[in-house]
Formats: sequence, structure tokens, C-alpha cells
Amino acid sequence: MAYKKQKKLKISTLNSDVAFRTAYIQGNGATKLSAVIFGFGNIFHKQILRGLLMLALEIAYIYYMVTFGISAIRDFITLGTNTQEEVFNETKQVYEYVKGDNSMLCLLYGVITIFLTFGFVLLLVSSVKSAYDTQKRIELGKKIPAFIDDLSSLKEKNLHKLLLALPVSGIVVFTIVPLAFMILIAFTSYDKNHQPPGNLFDWVGLDNFIAMFQKDGVLSDTFWPILSWTIVWAIFATFTCYILGMLLAIVINREGTRFKSFWRLVFVSSIAIPQFVSLLTMRTIFNTNGPANALLRNIGMIGPTESIPFFTDPTLAKIMIILVNIWIGVPFTMLTTTGILQNIPKELYEAAKVDGANVFVTFFKITLPYMLFITTPTLITTFVGNVNNFNVIYLLTGGGPETLDFYSAGETDLLVTWLYKLTIQNKDYNIGAVIGIIVFIILATLSLLTYRHTGSYKDEEAFQ
Amino acid sequence: MAKNTKSMKRRKFVSNSIVHVSLAILGFIWILPMFFVLLTSFRKEKGTYKSYILPRGYTLDNYKNLFQSGSSLNFDRWFINTLIVAIFTCLLSAFFVLSIAYVMSRLRFRMRKKFMNIALILGMFPGFMSMIAVYYILKGFGFLEVGELKLVALVMVYSGGSGLVFYVAKGFFDTIPKNIDEAAFIDGATKWDVFRKITIPLSKPIIVNTLLTSFLGPWVDYIFARVILGQDRQYYTVAIGLWSVLEKEFIEYYYTQFFAGCVLISFPIAIIFLLTQKFYADGISGAVKG
Repeated sequence: MAYKKQKKLKISTLNSDVAFRTAYIQGNGATKLSAVIFGFGNIFHKQILRGLLMLALEIAYIYYMVTFGISAIRDFITLGTNTQEEVFNETKQVYEYVKGDNSMLCLLYGVITIFLTFGFVLLLVSSVKSAYDTQKRIELGKKIPAFIDDLSSLKEKNLHKLLLALPVSGIVVFTIVPLAFMILIAFTSYDKNHQPPGNLFDWVGLDNFIAMFQKDGVLSDTFWPILSWTIVWAIFATFTCYILGMLLAIVINREGTRFKSFWRLVFVSSIAIPQFVSLLTMRTIFNTNGPANALLRNIGMIGPTESIPFFTDPTLAKIMIILVNIWIGVPFTMLTTTGILQNIPKELYEAAKVDGANVFVTFFKITLPYMLFITTPTLITTFVGNVNNFNVIYLLTGGGPETLDFYSAGETDLLVTWLYKLTIQNKDYNIGAVIGIIVFIILATLSLLTYRHTGSYKDEEAFQ
Repeated sequence: MAKNTKSMKRRKFVSNSIVHVSLAILGFIWILPMFFVLLTSFRKEKGTYKSYILPRGYTLDNYKNLFQSGSSLNFDRWFINTLIVAIFTCLLSAFFVLSIAYVMSRLRFRMRKKFMNIALILGMFPGFMSMIAVYYILKGFGFLEVGELKLVALVMVYSGGSGLVFYVAKGFFDTIPKNIDEAAFIDGATKWDVFRKITIPLSKPIIVNTLLTSFLGPWVDYIFARVILGQDRQYYTVAIGLWSVLEKEFIEYYYTQFFAGCVLISFPIAIIFLLTQKFYADGISGAVKG
């Protein structure tokens, strides 16, 4: 049985894995014709259903292109030419709107059409390959699979196609197409002065990127401070939580500490409640008239009308954000590191003790290097997550305190919250898209530099 | 010698005391905000901030008012909306995540490595960068016309791209020994049979974990829900509903009720979260022995 299966597998991989070029060149007439009339080779060799399916898809695509697609591509290049106009209607004595082109829809339909065309090319390739496969089978005198065999191969050789079909189309529709759309917007003038349907926007090339990096422009004056705060924030947020959380786990785990599970529950309970609840609570607690200031007034630390500007002074707000983030993040690290800490070989500590090392030396020479070795991938993910951390900033300070030096951003805004404000509140979609691309470039470079060197990436099958 | 052990004992006692006292102080700091939420949710006095800390009187009205019709707090409506969205989202996205994770872990095909790299790259774009386009795509298909359809749209947005976070589940599948699969192949099982009858039953911890994690998403998401639901207060989810209560025009009236809502929503979520932790620990320690 096993032997037979192996043989079958070998032959099928032999045929279906040839490149499109060789399939086309070595194919006979029917195979070559399959590049124009999809499924022709299959129909010719009596695989009627499979061939008809391909043909139907081809006809559907051509119908779409003729009725809609070609004009969509044309509009995609021009992004619309007719502006919406007000025209005076003599008979009714009123101004009427003449519908113009909607640049946003032109762009969107263009992107969708391009993706459909890409799918069409894939179909073409698979049509020729499938015809060549059948042709080869006839030449070698092998059995031609009927449609029913194709279906049952979905459970075996092609199981990945069956299982991936839905999830991947979800990713294409809700992640890849929108992302392509937004990346293209970075090269247009789609800002608050060019809002469809009233106005058109157009391709502007790299102008938005140049404006972002131009010296003494209002955009670059906002960009650089926000970028540096984002990096400072990500570093502090990642490492304070990492080290303090690990220390907490060590302290709870050490022999001599009693009620271990009680302490764990106390700290874990603070992350069990939804983050937006705890963040909004923190915001009210440290409000100008909130309980924190009320407490300080009651015990006489500050005067009855004074208040500490927790979230209204730029520097203090930044410190507060990092402190609140410690409150949120430390239990997480404690939770994830407890198990790993218990796996550190005890002999290491005993040897250190014999050599007379104190607590700090053992922590920095044994615990930390060991943990870093194991948790580097998680650390990178946490760092990426912190650069993209929307919730903490937006729910805590909303990016405030406001400042006039920045272009629609506050002192504590990160690149992502600035991106949110630019797109949702300001409708400067093009600049928002530029920021998104910059964030991506920063994160991608960083991850590539570190992630590819970790063992779990190089050696993913080590435990199988 | 005896003196030595005595001093060591004393040193141990001192360090243990220091540890316990500092743990108690830290624990107090960590619990304090939750205590504040609980107290305020029972506070009798209306209005926002007070000049004193402990409430002057206690009442259950804040909780009762949450469920009263006619106020602009539609708490029960928001709760049901979120529950429906969460149930469908968790079923769909758990299916997506598990399918992709299994395929990437067990099946070998041409595009596999490429696919995993693409997933990694896509994860580095800010999540809501694509939101504007998603908004217009949904609008173009007419999903944002009626309130009910907005909830459908929300389910699609939450589960649509969820297949990308397959790494944890894949890591779990990687730990299931391959020789179990091979034994089944020798007995004539197809790969589909192995997936359905061997891998799935062996992976209960990760399945429950995936289900619970994706169930939690809609309860705590703020960004997508806000963009898609817009001003349609009736169809809000709990998260944006409660957030909107803290806006300037409402805060004076609903301040205490906001905290009552927070308490009500926190309890079920806290329980689910603690459950995921239990399953997560099981999953890490390896459900398959041998």
C-alpha cells in the first residue's frame, strides 16, 4: 500500500511541477490552444467538467473586463477627469449638481480589477499546465483522472488547497487588497482639500514623502519628534515590563515566598479585566480633578486648588504613560516567564552560590542571558506591538496635551495614533498612508535583522 | 557553628519579611484601581469627580439604570450586539486559524515558505492602516446601509484577516509527533482523515484557546467598531458604547453608571481570560506525551 502510494506521488509531482514555460513549449497543439481557450486541452481529452469550469471562469472574466474592467483601468490611470459641477437649471430656476468622477472609487475599482487580472493570469497558467499534465499522462499511458478523482484529491494531495481556500480569500479581501489600496494612496493628493465626490485627486508621485522629510516643513517638524518619542516609548515599554515582570516572577517563585498562587492571582487579575476598562479608569483617576489629585489635596501634599498635571504636562504625561503601561504589562511578563524560569537548570545557581555570587550577579550572569536566549522572538513581537500600540496612548491621553507646533498631533502621539488622527479625523489620507509605510519599513528592517538569526526560525522542524 | 545557622536563619527571616511586605505593597497598588471602579459603581452621589475619596452613600441604582429603556445608555442592547458578533467571529476565525496552522505545520507544498513569510510581512503594517479601504469596500457592497448588516460587516472584518495569526497554533501542531500520522497513513488513512480524526482530537487545548481568544476580540476592540458603526448608537458594541459615555455631553450624568457597566462587563471577560491561561499552560506543557 505504502509502496503504491509513493509511486503514484512520484509520477504526479513529475508532471504538475513543471514550469509554465516548459509546459507551453513542450505541449502539443491542444495544450498550446489552452492558453487562449482555457480548459481546451482538458475538454479535448474528455475531462469535460474540469475544462468547462475553466472556460466558464475565462468567459466571466472577459465579460467583466468588457462591461466594466477596461474603463476601470482607464479611470485608474487618470483617477477621473470630470469634476462635479454646479449647473443652473433654467426651467426649475435652481442649481443642480452634475455628477463627476469619484477618484476614490476609480482607485478602488482599479485595484480590484488589477487583482482580478492577476487571478486571470494564474488561471491561464494552470490551464496550460493542466492540459500538459493530461497530455503527458496519455503519452505515458497513465490513467486520466476523472472529475471525481480531482475532488477526492482535495482530501489527500491537495488538502492544502481545500483548507487554505477560505482563509486565504479572507486575507486577500480584508488585508491585502485594502493594503495595496492604501499604499497607492500615499502617491496621490487625497487629502482634506481633495475629497471626492466634490473634488478629484490625482497621482503626485513622491511629493508626499518629500514633504514629510523636507527641512522646516510643518510635516517634518511633527514627524521627527513623534518618531523619536515612538522609539523611546517602544524601548521603555518593552524593557521595563520585561525586566520588572521577570523580577516579579522570580520573587514569587523563590523558595521562602509563601502563598505563591495568591500573589499570582492578585497580579493576574489586573490583566483579566478588559484593557479599555483599566485604561479609561486610569484616565479618570489621574484627571486634573480625579481621585489621585483629590487624595493629594486631602492629605495636604498640595494646596486645595492645586493639581498635579499628570496628563496635561508633556513630560509628566510621557512618564505617566510608561508607568501605567508597567502596571498593565508586568503581570503579562510574569505570566509568560514563570514557566521558563522554572526550566533553568538548578545546577547553574548552585555552582554560582559555591563561587560566592550574590543575587545581582546570578541575575545578570545566569537568569537574564538564559531568558534572553529563549524569549528573543517574543521580545521582538512585543517591541513591534508597542510601536503599533494604539490603545494605551489613545485611551489614556488621546495623544494630548495638544500643541500648536505639531500638525494635528499632540505631545504624546505615537506614529500610529497620528496616523489614526490624520485619516479618521483630518481626512488627510495620503499623509496617513505615508506614515503607515514608514512604520512598516522601520519594523520590517528591525525584524529582519533580528528574527532571522533566532533558532526558532532557522530550525523550525527541530521538534517534529 | 550553631551561631552561624542562627544568623543565617535570621537573615532568611529578614529577607522573607522584606519580600512579603513589598509584595503586599505592590499587590495593593495593582488592586487599587479595581477597588476604585467597584466603589464608584456603587456610589450614591451623582456627578463626576468629588473632592473626597470614599463615597458618602451606596446604592444599586447605577446597575438598575443600565437596563432601563429610554436613556441613551443602551447597555443590554450593546451587550447582545457584542455577544452575537463575538460568537460568529470566534467560530469563523477559529476555523481559519486552525486550518492555516495545520496546513503550515503538517503539509508540504510549493508555496509554503513563501506564504509564511508573506504572513510575517503583512503583520508589520499597522493593523488599521487598511481600515479606510475596508470601510469603502464594505460600503460599496452595501453593508453599511442597515444597522444589522453593520454587525455582519463587523464579523467579517474581525474574522477576515484573522488567519494571519496562526503562529501559536502552528507551534502547537508542531509538537504533535509525526509518527502518529505516519501510523495512520500506513493503515490507509487520507490526510483529511488524519486532520479530522487524529490532529483535531489531540489539539483540544489549542482549539479552546483559539476559540476563547477570538471570542474576546470583539469585547475589547475599539478602533474597527468605531469606524464601521459610526453614529449608530443602537448597534454599538459594549466597548465603544461605554467609551462614548465618557464624552463631554454624557459624563456628568452617566459617570457612576459607566463604572457599573465596566464591572458587569469585566466579570465574564475575566473568567474567560483566566480559562485561556489554564489552557495555554496546558498547551505549552504539551498535551501529547511520548
